[in-house]
Amino acid sequence: MPSSTLLAQSILSGLFIGALYGLLGLGLSLSWGLLRQISLAHFALAFLAAYLCYQLSHVMDPLATLVIIVPLFALIGVAIQWVFARFRVSPFNSLLVTFGLTVIVEAIIQGIWTADFRKLESSYGAAKFKIGALYVPVPELMTLVAALALAFGVHAVLRHTDLGRALRATAEDGPIAAAFGMNQKALALGLAGLCAAFAGIAGVCIALSYTLAPSQIYAWIGVVFATVMLGGLGGAIGPLVAGFVIGVSESVTMAVISPAWAPLVSFSLLILVLLLKPGSSR
Amino acid sequence: MKRTVAAILLAGGALALLPWLRLPLFYESFLYLVFHWIVLATSWNILSGYSGYFSFGHGAFFGAGMYTTAALGTRLDWPFLATLPVAALIAAAMGVVLGAVIFRVKRVRGELFALATLAFTFVVGTIVLNTPIDGGPGMSLASVAVPKLGPSVPGTFYLIALSLAVATVLLAYLIARAKLGTGLFAIHDDEDAAEVMGVPTFRYKLGAFAISCALAGAAGGIHALFVSYVTVGETFSITVPLSVVLMSVLGGTRHWAGPAVGATVITALLYAFTTGDHALVGKAVFGGVLIVVILFMPEGVLGFLVARTRGRVEPMLGAVEPPRATRATRDIGHDMLVARDVRKSFRGVQALDGVSLTVREGEILALLGPNGSGKSTFINVVSGHYRANGGSIRFAGQDIADWDAHRIARAGIARTYQIPRPFAHLSVLANVALPAMFGAAALDAREARRDAHRWLEFTGLAPYAHALPTDLNLHQRKFLELARALASRPRLLLLDEVLSGLTPGEINGAVELIRAIREQGATIVFVEHVMRAVLALSDRLVVLDHGVVLAEGAATTVLSNPDVVTAFLGTAHA
Repeated sequence: MPSSTLLAQSILSGLFIGALYGLLGLGLSLSWGLLRQISLAHFALAFLAAYLCYQLSHVMDPLATLVIIVPLFALIGVAIQWVFARFRVSPFNSLLVTFGLTVIVEAIIQGIWTADFRKLESSYGAAKFKIGALYVPVPELMTLVAALALAFGVHAVLRHTDLGRALRATAEDGPIAAAFGMNQKALALGLAGLCAAFAGIAGVCIALSYTLAPSQIYAWIGVVFATVMLGGLGGAIGPLVAGFVIGVSESVTMAVISPAWAPLVSFSLLILVLLLKPGSSR
Repeated sequence: MKRTVAAILLAGGALALLPWLRLPLFYESFLYLVFHWIVLATSWNILSGYSGYFSFGHGAFFGAGMYTTAALGTRLDWPFLATLPVAALIAAAMGVVLGAVIFRVKRVRGELFALATLAFTFVVGTIVLNTPIDGGPGMSLASVAVPKLGPSVPGTFYLIALSLAVATVLLAYLIARAKLGTGLFAIHDDEDAAEVMGVPTFRYKLGAFAISCALAGAAGGIHALFVSYVTVGETFSITVPLSVVLMSVLGGTRHWAGPAVGATVITALLYAFTTGDHALVGKAVFGGVLIVVILFMPEGVLGFLVARTRGRVEPMLGAVEPPRATRATRDIGHDMLVARDVRKSFRGVQALDGVSLTVREGEILALLGPNGSGKSTFINVVSGHYRANGGSIRFAGQDIADWDAHRIARAGIARTYQIPRPFAHLSVLANVALPAMFGAAALDAREARRDAHRWLEFTGLAPYAHALPTDLNLHQRKFLELARALASRPRLLLLDEVLSGLTPGEINGAVELIRAIREQGATIVFVEHVMRAVLALSDRLVVLDHGVVLAEGAATTVLSNPDVVTAFLGTAHA
């Protein structure tokens, strides 16, 4: 049994990685739940943003790149949604189309930055401070703050504004919502832009904390999908909480048993939740 | 049907000669990969494409096969070919265990099923990695001898994979044409309605899953020796499930040959574009091709081609007498259905609060009551769509309250849905043929189609036999519901507001139709708000209110009962 410090440290790092799961899951959950699109390209966009951040960090502060990345990715998101709406892509076909997109983005990344590992070097990179016996790395803390702020921000908008109500109504029954005067098309374009912008922000967070390689795009898919499903589609707080649960359970398993067993815990948890959620049997 | 089977076997036989043509070895290895993916994609499609349960767990079963062959071949020195049936069996057993749990939970459909199976893959992978099965470093099959079947080692792999591919495609074709396939396609469109029409959905899904997993396991066993080194990271990843989904959807999941077409195209594209000097450009082009194909052919290549050839109408039979709606054994006046104290609640709402009523052989019983009084719930409980929380329902001497819906359908109860629920991707004819196969009539496929034609004549839908249900208007879809219920040749017919939403003229036609059904001797319970039809048709009335029987008897007595008047019109405030 590890010491209590080690345990506390692993819970903390679980929260940090969980925040990133939640942040990636947020965009995925919104587009899946509200637009009925399963966007594999979300991961590719995040890594594209991470690489852009890496590139731009040679000339500017990594955080300042958000000024460029967020609007740029919002535009990309809007463009993709425009195509999806034009062709009325079904949920499962959206999986395929965005997979095609992922392959293209991967090829672009590999073409520009090669398949070698890249690591963003900045003043934030190694910065950390100590609370009691625990180390708190600054980039991870920034990810946590961003994830919390965005999740609660989106939650507030969805629950308490007309825009949020319109979005939820449209997701529930598009034609009826349209009959009540909601501009379904514009809402979808805006939401898709927002999701892609979130992918951009997640990308900057990834660039600050992790080593980048094109193949890494696929490494996150399984666990983030699990996060989204565990947290519930279309919500904002759910994916974040699920991210924390999965992140902490993973890193505690790593510390207590062995790193290799970590996936078993999170995915068994997921299967159990799927099977045992109330209202499940007839 | 025989011609297609012969064509598949002939193509396989011709391809089997290839290793003796002494082509460069590269062709055999490339074609091996094509066959490998044909097996994986086609086997995936048998459950997932046909029934709509998109599994992302195919990697788990494929991996189970790989590791079975690796373990048996290296640790126990089994000959390679002997390991393959075991690999298939273990993968199938895993599928059955997973399915037996997951198919019981109604909510786990669609994306949830995809995700649960994906998670299962990672769980299995983690277990393999951390137990002595693998232990971490992977397993080498260098010590396992490659059997000598072809003139060369690649030729041998080519032949083994070819045989499995031919067997898999053949199986996919036969299933699509068989009762199992019909049931799976119905599950795809509306699982609850399929169950109510007599499709044993749980068994069918489990059976299809077992076949699908067994084939994937066998493909895994072959591939283990082909790559000769297996690792968890390569095996239990998202690559296999993603690839098979891509291939099947690209080719068309509703067609038996779709996945094979998709697998061939994608393997060839990947090979053509990602090898050679411009691998990166090729990769991007591959992604682009995928996007364009899906955008312009959302039903897949074969779905697209089949849709273009639709409209070739097969010759229609002339007007014929409709078959008898009921099975012959009849005993007029005896109790057919006896419900005692039936209860059903939904999260605190007591929809049925102890309903007791009797339906007699040969009568038409009208079920009346204000909205929310429990009429439709009663129909849903009797037909097995919902399970009662309490009470007993005896039908022809047996308590059916706890039966699955498909068993109730086979016993001779058919129903219509208030809002028609046709199988959207099946033709009108196939929609009617399905209950004839699965319901009490239990006809074989050919008889069922012949019968279905007659029922379409009877309900006036014959001109639309080959249309899709979406092409019908509401009136026609209501009659389609009726034709489907009749086609199962029920002893008891439950009609849930077949007249609602129809124009007065259409109602007259429908009343005549129901009369004609009764002439043939069917027992009918119908829920209706159209009083004119109720008075014209019913022998007896039962009035429900707030989940209890308020009154029962002949129309004139029941309708002058003061309680009934109050329930419908409220109390007068004098």
